[in-house]
Amino acid sequence: MQAFTLLNGLVAPLDRANVDTDAIIPKQFLKSIRRAGFGPYLFDEWRYLDHGEPEMDCSQRPLNKDFVLNLPQYQGAQVLLARENFGCGSSREHAPWALEDFGFRAVIAPSFADIFYNNCFKNGVLPIVLPAAAVDGLFQEISGGYRLLIDLAAQQITTPSGLKIGFDIDDNRKYRLLNGLDDIALSLQHADAIAAYEAARAKRAPWLFVA
Amino acid sequence: MPGKTLYDKLWEDHVVYTEDDGSALIYIDRHLLHEVTSPQAFEGLRLAGRQPWRADRNLAVADHNVPTTDRDQGIADPISRLQVETLDSNCAEFGITEFTMHDARQGIVHVIGPEQGATLPGMTVVCGDSHTSTHGASGALAFGIGTSEVEHVLATQCLVQKKAKNFLIKVNGLVGPGVTAKDIVLAIIGKIGTAGGNGYTIEFAGEAIRALSMEGRMTVCNMAIEAGARAGLVAVDDTTIDYYYGRPYAPKGGDWFMAERLWRDLHSDADALFDKVVELEAAAILPQVTWGTSPELVVAVDGQVPDPALEADAVKQQSMVRALQYMGLSAGQAITDIAVDKVFIGSCTNSRIEDLRAAAAVAQGRTKAATVKLAMVVPGSGLVKRQAEAEGLDKIFLAAGFEWREPGCSMCLAMNADRLDEGERCASTSNRNFEGRQGYGGRTHLVSPAMAAAAAIAGHFVDVRQWLDV
Repeated sequence: MQAFTLLNGLVAPLDRANVDTDAIIPKQFLKSIRRAGFGPYLFDEWRYLDHGEPEMDCSQRPLNKDFVLNLPQYQGAQVLLARENFGCGSSREHAPWALEDFGFRAVIAPSFADIFYNNCFKNGVLPIVLPAAAVDGLFQEISGGYRLLIDLAAQQITTPSGLKIGFDIDDNRKYRLLNGLDDIALSLQHADAIAAYEAARAKRAPWLFVA
Repeated sequence: MPGKTLYDKLWEDHVVYTEDDGSALIYIDRHLLHEVTSPQAFEGLRLAGRQPWRADRNLAVADHNVPTTDRDQGIADPISRLQVETLDSNCAEFGITEFTMHDARQGIVHVIGPEQGATLPGMTVVCGDSHTSTHGASGALAFGIGTSEVEHVLATQCLVQKKAKNFLIKVNGLVGPGVTAKDIVLAIIGKIGTAGGNGYTIEFAGEAIRALSMEGRMTVCNMAIEAGARAGLVAVDDTTIDYYYGRPYAPKGGDWFMAERLWRDLHSDADALFDKVVELEAAAILPQVTWGTSPELVVAVDGQVPDPALEADAVKQQSMVRALQYMGLSAGQAITDIAVDKVFIGSCTNSRIEDLRAAAAVAQGRTKAATVKLAMVVPGSGLVKRQAEAEGLDKIFLAAGFEWREPGCSMCLAMNADRLDEGERCASTSNRNFEGRQGYGGRTHLVSPAMAAAAAIAGHFVDVRQWLDV
């Protein structure tokens, strides 16, 4: 997994609450057995005027010129500014895959759905929870060329005017993201503890250990 | 010290190792897999040269992409077919039990788990699917995970998790006739909102929940995720124990009695502390119909489409305006005046035998409205289908002009050929009414199976309670 340390990224605003994972990446694209290539279909139903299908050449499709990610001033955005309960709905990791493949490395919102939030960390995408008033402030301030400096180690965002906003994150998640660590390798360091747990549990609940 | 909640007990029973910041490695007793969220996880195992930690704790089934007609002809869409074939080959390669598309036990992963006794009280259950919360109905800690976590569970039989907070939702008293588990959970979501359960595990309790069958409890827990909670729970009682006795994967002989003794303790202690408590009066819950593009946008069937102008919160008001526009509705419209084009009875929310019985009871001796293009019934599993046919439910549906299909996720999310066309309106027993969920431009209204069947017959929403004595 790619590490996340410091990002000075262009911000795109998506001013909608309860953006669900069906909107982030519609179901027809979930038929892929690959992990890459979802970026062109990110927010497919909002970004394009036609109905998207897997393996379509998106460069030929009619764009919804009003959709924020199609506006010229937000091209190359790496930070998505969103509203409450972002990423609600299904557990599809294709949602952070699509955001990451498109170029987003951070999402800022007043709240996230739990599974989506968790999935972001597995893919080097930093979800940042800020108080609703702070998010409101960013929405009001934003214009073309608006960039935020995000410092994960310091847990701090700096706005163009120099305002510094702190954010919370679990130590464990922060450590893994800062270092781009492989979760499985870390967990397998506890292989003995897992085996010991199994041995004890097999005594308490032997039916779980009948092949 | 206060007592423990059911969630506290389940959590503590599965902790392998705790980190300094409180995150823990927890053991997973049952891992369910399906074709959509597993291929990249198996690929990850292969690339890292890893094997499953315990292949026998995994159970796989193809459900999202499978056709519900002419199954012997295979899957027409080559991309869907490749995904299902990839599950078949991955399970063969890694020694994982799979119910293939042609197995009589095949069905929706969240229907077959309890049906087989593959998910049991006291277990931790995970699956790369958000509706894994369904299995919490048995007093199991069950939640959806992403594909990276699917790979993690395969490789370690564990997950790194941080404990959620405890949320108690009590539904006092009993619901009236014609009001079902689906109406209860939609009313709960209407009250607490789709983010109301974020960061929590919800325990559903109270007389109305106790009175539900296991199928009904599964419907309620299934939609915990629509209230924002990864996991929903119902305490173990006689209903739970009776349901699991004799299931194929349930404990046998002496193990059964040992298991039952442990399971009887799977309830919150009387003095347990919850971080949040919400109570509802069951008698006030009427049949529910969603009108918008989020499950929280829901009203009772005797109500009207709400007016965004009356909403004080600007962000919510904007969502409502957008939802009305997408749904092609206007404020003040009576719910019973909304006509439907299609009806879908199925999904991991409402495709169990009790759901089909409720829909059939409404359809019996009646005929689908001519204006309704399609009313389809998709059983949750091959065994539900067989049971329904043994009871003659299929004949009731067919006589009423409904279609009787093969089991799968079908038009809940329209990954297979079953979908809405642009602008079509559907009465659906599924769980999500998001934009495009049932097909590009499709409009979904979430309802109970009885309400869906009634809409198919009337051609528009009706209060099914008015039909109960006819």
